[in-house]
Amino acid sequence: MADKPPSTDLVAGSSQDDNDPGTAVVPSEGLTNPGLPPEHLRVTDLDPKEEKKAERRIAFFFTLSIVGSVGAAMAYVVFPIIPGDMQSVRFNNMFVGLFAAVGLLGVGIGAVHWAKSLMHGHELVEERHPTRGTEESRSAAIETFAQANKESGFTRRSLVRNTLIGAMIATPVPAVVLFRDLAPSYDPVKLLKQTMWAEGVRLAKDPSGIPIKASEVTIGSAFQVIPEGLAELEYHRIEEKAKAAVLLMRLPIDELNVSPERETWSYQGIVAYSKICTHVGCPVALYEQQTHHLLCPCHQSAFNVSNECEVIFGPAARPLPQLPITIDDEGYLVAQSDFTEPVGPSFWERRR
Amino acid sequence: MTSSKANRRSGRRHPMMGVLLLVIGLFATGGVYAATSAGIAHADTPPESTLALVDEGERLFMANCASCHGLNGEGAQSGPTVIGVGALSVDFQVGTGRMPMAASGPQAAKKPAQFTQPQIDALGAWVASLAPGPGLPDPAYYAADGDVANGAELFRVNCAMCHNVAGAGGALTEGKYAPHLRDLEPIHVYGAMVTGPQSMPVFNDMNLSPEEKNDVISYLNYMDENPSVGGFSLGSLGPVSEGLFIWIIGLGGLIAVAIWLTARSN
Repeated sequence: MADKPPSTDLVAGSSQDDNDPGTAVVPSEGLTNPGLPPEHLRVTDLDPKEEKKAERRIAFFFTLSIVGSVGAAMAYVVFPIIPGDMQSVRFNNMFVGLFAAVGLLGVGIGAVHWAKSLMHGHELVEERHPTRGTEESRSAAIETFAQANKESGFTRRSLVRNTLIGAMIATPVPAVVLFRDLAPSYDPVKLLKQTMWAEGVRLAKDPSGIPIKASEVTIGSAFQVIPEGLAELEYHRIEEKAKAAVLLMRLPIDELNVSPERETWSYQGIVAYSKICTHVGCPVALYEQQTHHLLCPCHQSAFNVSNECEVIFGPAARPLPQLPITIDDEGYLVAQSDFTEPVGPSFWERRR
Repeated sequence: MTSSKANRRSGRRHPMMGVLLLVIGLFATGGVYAATSAGIAHADTPPESTLALVDEGERLFMANCASCHGLNGEGAQSGPTVIGVGALSVDFQVGTGRMPMAASGPQAAKKPAQFTQPQIDALGAWVASLAPGPGLPDPAYYAADGDVANGAELFRVNCAMCHNVAGAGGALTEGKYAPHLRDLEPIHVYGAMVTGPQSMPVFNDMNLSPEEKNDVISYLNYMDENPSVGGFSLGSLGPVSEGLFIWIIGLGGLIAVAIWLTARSN
């Protein structure tokens, strides 16, 4: 306690109790203003030779800037963009960009260097002006309000005032009604629960939209699939594709473990699963033909196609939904129905 | 053989034509020999008949492949069967150096080919003689003269998820990976699509027609020949390399400028 700083004192009571670890220290004399540090003179302030040097350096940067700006204009001419030649675009972008950068940076670096090394460098103190107005201007403001009230009769003519307030409240009503229409007019939850797949819709190749025959899917194949008719959709093609995208794979039948209720959902080892990850909806299409694992590129969720796309790694919460498929009388693969559960990530109404 | 045939035909033409063709033929034979015999002690000139080719292939298989794939190519504990994989699969696996494998691991890596093209063709002929499988395609289907835009779309739909949209490759599970697709032999790209080597799915001719495969090859060829217009591509790896660059070089540069701006001038 002997080396206690002179400007502080212990809180009363705590000094008697040596076991008390919480010794609060309160300033008793207040902080003293240390004032401004002594002025620091730069080499350019002391040595005229250094000053001259700094001057030349700044002029060099400004000259460099001129070279850069002129160079950028020249580069645009010297390296023209030739249609169809990507190398020319690369050179044009690179040289115009490099020279323009030198042009801009030269001005900036020169200006900052000028300010730091040559411009008047003395420190000075400038007081803030007070926030509160003078007594005269304050009373003048009050007087203006009082006079306006008297002349208009805003508080006296209460009928006028109240109807005005009512009118102001009613003004935004049409805007509310109009802007409300910007929200979807249909139930988005319903849209999330259904896709373009339906009974008898043929499985078609992405992007061509050509239907796929079961005989074309050899063992080890992976087809990127869209519903037939999606490629011809005029509206909402991307939205529909984002829900209906399917990956079609053919596994050796003995490597496919099928639960009893899904026995009719595949055809000769050909299985179709939603490509939309159940985590946040990335397309899961990294298919390892030998291990039958599907990998999501975004967050490394892995699904085992052999076991109905169960999650074997990563943040996905549910297996990928399976599309029940069969073949029609022409041998084309068709859907038996829509997906039996919503595809893609969880949403509020899904609660899982 | 080539030169003698040319000689016989040249009788009805200019007398010097035969000499010229003979010289060309000798150069060609010598060139092929010099190119194919490098590094291989027992390289012969290409076998003349298919039967000889098959025999040569069988000898090569016995000497180099049978320890893993079985004496009759039926497969063993350390290697799968080669019956029915076809000449195209052999061309891809051996031509890219993936076979013979240097060591067993999650994935056979690409490395300099250990066999010459005639030897690979012989191996392929023997494997094809075991059972039918995908054969070598018509060169017109990997000439890389197809529709680049269509190839790019097909690549984005079917290949980009594993191989990266710029063909830079990417990681798979448990040490496996999709290799990069830069500067490849077109026939190897074609072979990979048809045969689906290792983890890669099969893209048979009903999925991607031979013309569409040529389009994909054209797209890869276009990517090889045309640089990125946006300056440094940083390996085209996307947010990882670009993020690393901007966090270290970009933010580091901004911090350096901020320190310089506020530092007291000397």
